[in-house]
Amino acid sequence: MKVKYKNKHTVFPYLKWLIIGDNIFKIISALFASTILLLLGLMVYELIKGSWLSIQTFGLDFILGTKWDPAISKVFGALPLILGTAVTSAIALLIGVPISLGVGLALSEYIPKRYGFVISFLVELLAAVPSVIYGLWGMFVLIPFLRDYIYSHIRALFGFIPIFSGPIYGGGVLTAGIVLAIMIIPTVSAVMRDLFMIVPNSQREAIIALGATKLETVKTVVSYTRSGVIGAIILGLGRAIGETMAVTMVIGNRFQVWPSSLFDAWYTMSAIIANELLEATYDLYVSALMNVALALLFITLVINILSRLIVWRTLRLVRGIAKE
Amino acid sequence: MAPKLEVEDLNAWFGTKQVLKNINIKIEENAVTAIIGPSGCGKTTFLRCLNRMHEINPDARVSGKVLFNGLNIYGNGVDPVMIRKKIGMVFQKPNPFPMMSIYDNVVAGLKLNGVRDKKSLDAVVRRSLELVNLWDEVKDDLNKSGASLSGGQQQRLCIARALAVEPEVLLMDEPCSALDPISTAKIEVLIRKLAKTYTIVIVTHNMQQAARVSDYTAFFYLGELIEYGPTKQIFENPKHELTEKYITGKFG
Repeated sequence: MKVKYKNKHTVFPYLKWLIIGDNIFKIISALFASTILLLLGLMVYELIKGSWLSIQTFGLDFILGTKWDPAISKVFGALPLILGTAVTSAIALLIGVPISLGVGLALSEYIPKRYGFVISFLVELLAAVPSVIYGLWGMFVLIPFLRDYIYSHIRALFGFIPIFSGPIYGGGVLTAGIVLAIMIIPTVSAVMRDLFMIVPNSQREAIIALGATKLETVKTVVSYTRSGVIGAIILGLGRAIGETMAVTMVIGNRFQVWPSSLFDAWYTMSAIIANELLEATYDLYVSALMNVALALLFITLVINILSRLIVWRTLRLVRGIAKE
Repeated sequence: MAPKLEVEDLNAWFGTKQVLKNINIKIEENAVTAIIGPSGCGKTTFLRCLNRMHEINPDARVSGKVLFNGLNIYGNGVDPVMIRKKIGMVFQKPNPFPMMSIYDNVVAGLKLNGVRDKKSLDAVVRRSLELVNLWDEVKDDLNKSGASLSGGQQQRLCIARALAVEPEVLLMDEPCSALDPISTAKIEVLIRKLAKTYTIVIVTHNMQQAARVSDYTAFFYLGELIEYGPTKQIFENPKHELTEKYITGKFG
């Protein structure tokens, strides 16, 4: 209820000071909040400034070029890096999304709440593991395991398909995709669980009463939140695209337009920045790396904004309907 | 007339709390049976035991028999999914699927059964919506969301959705409690119309409604069936003191 205090400080003199205090606090909060925007703005400004030389030198060829030659010709083109980022992220989604969907549904639809929270807790803990640890684990555990027990069998069975042929190093495109998948599962499954949890029970009962099996009931729950599910997937994509440390530790870091197979080494946008910035000895080289960073920031910003908007919209829509 | 549903020694629990105690009742075919009683007397639980909806709550438990056309729905090897296709349900709050069109809402149950043929789906949509007197109001908006309708229209849509799978029994859990008087009147007229071809069991808080729409009335109190008989007799000449107190408004 809204009450109008018109002459409040004549009634309660000390209120005047309280109100002044309120306003001061409001201004300070607003200042702090606006630093976020300021930081983002500065970051974009600095990146544009840093990449200006590269933008002037290569223009659009930077995005479409396939040559990265800092040593001799000093030509820089980022297309292979963009492709590498896109393909590893796509593999991560291909593996990570079905698992996340399963985790989200298990937590909201199958496992009783009193046990579910333990799993929820563990899943969220996974999100807190530093990425360098995923990288180390990838190098020392996952790579030997995949190389010795999985990849050789895949090649033996599906070697006739080009993407499953060629030499096996252990690290490479598929390994990077698998590590990324593991890294996006916590975030994506937590968002999906939250989406499914807010589906009102009346919706489940409606379809059960029509003679739906458990699986059909679960499908109804997913279709109820489908736009949010898509948002969650895009959120995972944003995370996969930006991930640096773990990827650079397992992907093999080889600059080439297209790898010979999924077992081959490749490179991503974030990995090349982490690896080469310290070796960049002249201005154009540094500027080219900044230019990669600018492109990466742009892509991840767009993807994150898009996914957040979709998830928020669905949550609001579903809550609105549930309240009625 | 043979009873459509025969309930024998039905007990139901939530966790350790017993909410239904030894219910025995025979529900007549092609008639409306009203379940009345104060809040918390087990009316809704009883209704949900009739199509095995009670057990979807993980804490819920049931014992006893419910014979549907002579078959015990709690017998070994009886699939609750099949039972629910034959014994439909309408809920207290209208719950159309908001992400589906009106058309898809009506055929949701049929699609579960694998019906895909557009012509037969069209026919079912028309027949079901006509049956609930909604066709004329929505026939031009079949692609609009089910949530775009008014509360009363939503509830009739939910009834149409339940009828589309051609159940033999329709269970209604206070179907008018969230609706205005005009919508309520429409649904009451509809219930009388449906009673010609369906067996209806309706839970209601509203005693006038029970008197208006039902042929038989059962009075529940604290999980027990106190009295059951033709509606006229229950309201005009109740045999049990509690029934009389309840219908004359001395408690409730």
